[in-house]
Amino acid sequence: MFTRSGTQQRSELVAKLADRARFVRTETVRLTRIAGAGHYTATFSAAELFAALYYSELRIDPSNPQWTDRDRFVLSKGHAAIGWFPLLADLGYFDAAELETFTRFGSRFGDHPDMKKVLGADFSSGSLGHGLSIAVGMALAGRLAGSDHRTWCMLGDGELCEGQIWEAAMSAGHFKLGNLVVVVDRNQLCIDGFTDDVMTVEPIEDRFAAFGWATRRIDGHDLDAILDTFGDLSRSAVGTPTAIIADTVKGKGVRRMELSPHWHVGNLVGTDYDDVMAELMAEPLGVEA
Amino acid sequence: MTAPGSQDQSEIFRGTAGGSALLGDARSTAGNNAAATPAFVLGEELADIADDDERIVVLTADLAKANRVTDFAERHPQRFFNVGIAEKNMVTIAAGMAASGLVPYAATFSAFAALLCCEQIRTDCAYTRMPVRIVGHHSGMSMGFYGTSHHSLEDLGIMRTIADLTVVCATDANHLRAVLRASVDHPGAMYLRLGRGRDPEVYATVPELSFGTAIRLRDGADVAILTTGSEVRPSLDAAALLAADGIEATVFDVHTVKPLDLEAVAAAAALGTVVTVEEHNRTNGLGSAVAEALLEGGFGTVNFRRHGVPDEHVPIGPPAALYAHYQLDADGIAAVVRATLQRVG
Repeated sequence: MFTRSGTQQRSELVAKLADRARFVRTETVRLTRIAGAGHYTATFSAAELFAALYYSELRIDPSNPQWTDRDRFVLSKGHAAIGWFPLLADLGYFDAAELETFTRFGSRFGDHPDMKKVLGADFSSGSLGHGLSIAVGMALAGRLAGSDHRTWCMLGDGELCEGQIWEAAMSAGHFKLGNLVVVVDRNQLCIDGFTDDVMTVEPIEDRFAAFGWATRRIDGHDLDAILDTFGDLSRSAVGTPTAIIADTVKGKGVRRMELSPHWHVGNLVGTDYDDVMAELMAEPLGVEA
Repeated sequence: MTAPGSQDQSEIFRGTAGGSALLGDARSTAGNNAAATPAFVLGEELADIADDDERIVVLTADLAKANRVTDFAERHPQRFFNVGIAEKNMVTIAAGMAASGLVPYAATFSAFAALLCCEQIRTDCAYTRMPVRIVGHHSGMSMGFYGTSHHSLEDLGIMRTIADLTVVCATDANHLRAVLRASVDHPGAMYLRLGRGRDPEVYATVPELSFGTAIRLRDGADVAILTTGSEVRPSLDAAALLAADGIEATVFDVHTVKPLDLEAVAAAAALGTVVTVEEHNRTNGLGSAVAEALLEGGFGTVNFRRHGVPDEHVPIGPPAALYAHYQLDADGIAAVVRATLQRVG
């Protein structure tokens, strides 16, 4: 939904999205306990982006998951699915009680999403570097069908090291996919440390721009900024694809995890679990003070 | 051995035949009709299908001339996508298109399709059961002196290991037409292996075809030859040579390598001697699939031979010379069958 910054309507929306972002984080912590291990931090960094997309921006109808003209969303950084599944359940794609089976034998929900098992998942992911090509295919198909739907793709920043991302970026520019929007969750870390140390991914804006993309750079935890940026996009099928580089903090919301290279996959046990849950419930994020 | 044949392989990249001698015809001693160059019908047939089916889209990676999808592009330009030299991107874009209801055919050299894009085929096409048809052309050693980088002698082994993927080899132009027509509504992903696309004729008309059911091309009581793709023609010619010596061979075109036709394997086993012939590494191709089926089928003792390329990188040379070197031409196949029969007296 479109809201103007500074209005009462916007304030109410931001408060709602902040609550849903917190829900992404607390559910991630809860589901990780069921699984015994999980990707906390790469999910926390994307929480506000997930909330803004799913509760405000995406043109979707959870009662009709195969709606031809729905906006597509490709979660290329599939390891953030642990925080995405609860949103899909919350929106009504499936019964939230099913999440109690998370990662258990025969469950529909594993650490990475399977589109054949999870309603609302437009594509499967897990192997990094593929999602943008998938999104290019969906954007081309949408244009061919005469649909005005958008295709969204969320990339991780470490994922930008994959060569196929740049094959896809090149083709999106070449095919003038104005209906394609990438959100880069620039959370600064990959598994072995800071991307700046492991492999330089900057300047991300310049790199996308060189392939024919329009770029924006925003604070990926600032819901007001996220909504403003999303609201400013066109729906033209022919034009310039857009890359939104969202500066985020890997592990955002839990101090012991923020920008720590030790929490890519982890498991909180005992009082640590309770402490982290309490920390998340105490602090509203995503709202400018 | 057979004369090495022409050195000219320029047609592969030019995409038009004529003027140059054929590649690989030295394999065929019975069908020595080098004057008639078979057409590469991939693009034309897909264009025909697309006339009545708006779901059909075609992708390639800078090989539109080599695989003749130019014939599709001319008739359906809005449904043709050349992604440049980016094969992995091509396969995954095709998967994204399939998720939106299209039926994509993505064509490139089989070495690049199967080896470079193996993971994209597994993860984005097969695992998701998307109806993507990966067309790997110029398989085996048909690229000749372009060398090992352009040879595809591992693709069947790689592809048949992937779950939820149908693996099919096209034999000649008419067979390719049948395969393409049958593929449109086939559930899930498919790897379609073509030879050089201008392979010598086996089928005078478009055959009846059902994936998973081999086609019995010849009946004989002494030996069964199970072959596929580019080796069907020379295997039939070898059977003719053997018949002249009083050896009668049954020949099956095992066009679907996966799922394998177990009834054809049983019929072959009943003859006592089974030889598989393929333009592929002997490891993990059709021969290995048949060996597995023979052992698990409880057929008792079968005199069995996997004939193909040994586990090595092949020498430099034009295709015909390579086929002769590895006994994958008609003379060579006949010799291998005779030797196999002699093992049991």
